[in-house]
Amino acid sequence: MTAAPAGPGRRHAPVRTWAVFGVLCLIALIYIFPFVIQVVTSFKTEVDSTNNAMSLVPNPATTEAYEKLFTRSDYTLWIVNSLIVTVVVTAGRVFFNSLAGYALSRLRFPGRRAVFLALLAVMSVPGVILLIPKFLVINQLGIYDSYAGMILPLLVDAAGVFIMKNFFDSIPVAVEEAARIDGAGTFRTFWSIVLPMARPALITLVILSFQGSWNEYSHFIVSAQSTNLFTLTKGVGQLASGGLSGGNQFPIKLGAAALMTIPVAVLFFLFQKHIMNTTSGAVKD
Amino acid sequence: MAQPTSTRRGSANRQGLAGWLFVAPVIVILGVFMLVPILMAVWVSVSDWSGNGSPLASGVNFVGAKNYEAILGGRGLTGQNFGLAIRNNLYYVLFVVPLQTIISLFLAVMVTRKALKAKGFFRTAFYFPSVTSSVAITVLWLFLFNTSGVINKALAAASIKGPNWFNEPAGVLGMLWTKLGMSETGALAQPGLFGISTWQWIQGPSVAMVAFILMAIFTTSGTFMLLFIAALQAIGDETEEAAMIDGATAWQRFRYVTAPMLRPTIYTVVTLGLIGTWQVFDQIAIGSKGDPAKTTVTPAFLSYQSAFVDLAWGRGAAIAFVLFGIIVAMSILQRFILGNADATASTRQERKLDAAARHLAREKREAESSRGAA
Repeated sequence: MTAAPAGPGRRHAPVRTWAVFGVLCLIALIYIFPFVIQVVTSFKTEVDSTNNAMSLVPNPATTEAYEKLFTRSDYTLWIVNSLIVTVVVTAGRVFFNSLAGYALSRLRFPGRRAVFLALLAVMSVPGVILLIPKFLVINQLGIYDSYAGMILPLLVDAAGVFIMKNFFDSIPVAVEEAARIDGAGTFRTFWSIVLPMARPALITLVILSFQGSWNEYSHFIVSAQSTNLFTLTKGVGQLASGGLSGGNQFPIKLGAAALMTIPVAVLFFLFQKHIMNTTSGAVKD
Repeated sequence: MAQPTSTRRGSANRQGLAGWLFVAPVIVILGVFMLVPILMAVWVSVSDWSGNGSPLASGVNFVGAKNYEAILGGRGLTGQNFGLAIRNNLYYVLFVVPLQTIISLFLAVMVTRKALKAKGFFRTAFYFPSVTSSVAITVLWLFLFNTSGVINKALAAASIKGPNWFNEPAGVLGMLWTKLGMSETGALAQPGLFGISTWQWIQGPSVAMVAFILMAIFTTSGTFMLLFIAALQAIGDETEEAAMIDGATAWQRFRYVTAPMLRPTIYTVVTLGLIGTWQVFDQIAIGSKGDPAKTTVTPAFLSYQSAFVDLAWGRGAAIAFVLFGIIVAMSILQRFILGNADATASTRQERKLDAAARHLAREKREAESSRGAA
C-alpha cells in the first residue's frame, strides 16, 4: 500500500547503526586502553612491566610502586604544594574574575571600554611566550622561589573575566535594581544577590581554574626551583626524566601519573553534565 | 528640584568608584604580571643581560637587533637551531591541525547520531584525555612508545617491526626520499632558509615527533569534539531531516547541508589549533628535551632553553617575540584565507540554505499530511 516507498532505506538502517556502534566501540577502546594499561602497570613489578607490557594482569600484583612513591620520593609534599596552589588560585579567580566581570557587565564607570579592550588584548597573548617575561618580573620583585611567585601571577585570568561578564549580560537586571532601591550598596548587591544567581558560571570557573592550576607546569618551572616548592607536575615531570636512578621505573612513574590525575578526573565525572552543556552554550555564534 | 540631580550624580560617582574598585585586582595583577613583564622582555631582547642581577641595572648594554639577527640570520649554531625548531614545529602544525580537526568533527558527527546507543559513554571516553595534565600524558606516552612498549607489541602482533620511537631522529618523509634514491648532495645540501639545507627542510617530522603528533591528537580531539557537538546541536535535526526526505544520501547530507553550516566552528577549531600547536612546550621539556638529534626542538622550548639553560637571555626573549610574530601572522593569514571566503560565501550560502531548508520542510509537511489523508 502507501507504506511501500519507505522500504529499502529503512531495511539498511539497523545494519548501519550497528556498524557505527562497532566502529565507535573500537575507537573508544583506543582512547581508554592507554589509561587502563597505565593503572594495571602501576601494580606490576618493573620486570613484569618491561617483559609483558601488553598484559592486563599484573604477575605478581604488587603495591611496591606506590610504597616507593610515598617513601622514597617527596610525593606527599608535592600533593600538599599542588593543593595549596590550586585552592588559592581557584578561590582568587572565582572572586576577582566575578568582581571584574560584574563591573564590566553592569557598572558604568569611566574607562570601562578601555579596560574591556585591554583585557581582550591580554587574552590574545599566547601563554608560552610569557615564560621569560614572567620570570623577569618575579625575579625583580624578589618573589622568585616562593609561593607568592607561583600563585600571584595565576590569581586572575582574562578569559575567566569574560566568562563571568557574558553570564551577567545574560541575566535580567530587575532583581538587582530592586535591591539597590532598597538601599543595598554595590558590593552587597553583588555579593548577596547577584553572585548566588551566578552559580552555573561560577561552577564553570571553578572547574576551569582547578583543572588549569592543578595541571600547570610551565609557570612553576620559571617561578621556583627549590625542591620544597615542587608541585605534582614538577615532581612527576622530574621522575619522568629519570629522577629515581636505575631501570626504567615504569610502574612508579605510571602510578605517580595516575594518582595525580584522580582529582581532575573526579571533578570531571562530578560535573560531566555541566561541562558538556557549558560548551554547548558557549559556542552559539 | 536640586535634590534628585545631586543624588543621581552621587550615585553615578559611587558606581564609577565601585567599578574601578571591582576591576582593580584584575588590572593590577595582569598589569604587573603580563604588561610589565612583556615590556621588560622587550628590553632584554635588545640587551646583553647575562642573568646576573637586574636587567635594569646600569651594567646592561643595549645591543640593538643583534639577538634577532643571530636567530633569524641563519648563521652559526644559533641560526641553525632556530631553523630546525621552525621546521620541527611547522611539520607538527601541518599534521596536527588538519588531523585533529577532521577526527574531532568525525567523532562529533558519530556521537550525535540519533539512533546511537550509549552516547554519554562515547563522549566521556573521547573527552577524558583532555582533562589530564600534559605531564601525566607525557609519562604515559613515554611508556606506550618505548622500544618494547605497548605500541610496538601491538605492531609486532601485526608483523610490523616498530621503531625506537623517542630515540629515532629519522624524518618520515626523509626515509621515503632515501628509498627513492635521493640523498643530501648537490643543491639539496646547500644551506637554505634559516641556514637549514633543503634536504633537512624536506625530511618531514622525525619518528620521535610523530609520537608527539599522535599525543596532541589524542589529547585535543575530545575538546574540539565538544565544540562540534554544540554546533551540530544548534543546527538541529530539521535541516537534516528535510534533506533526508529529499532522498540525499548520508554523505551528501553531510557534505552539502551540515558541513557548510559548520564553517564558523571549523574556523574556530582551526584557529585554536594553530595557536595551540605553535606553543608546544610541556611535552618537549618533560619528554624529550628536544632530542633525538634536535628533531623535537620547538621555538617555545628553544626560547626557554636559551634563557634558563644557556643563560643567553636576550636570545631567549627574542625567540619568544619571533614566535609571537609567527602566531599573529598565522592568525591573520588564516583569517585572510578562511575568513574572507566565510564572510562573503557563508551569508550567501546560509541564505540559500535557509530558503532550501524552508522549502524542504514545507514539502515534508505536505508529504506527511497527504500520507495522513491516505
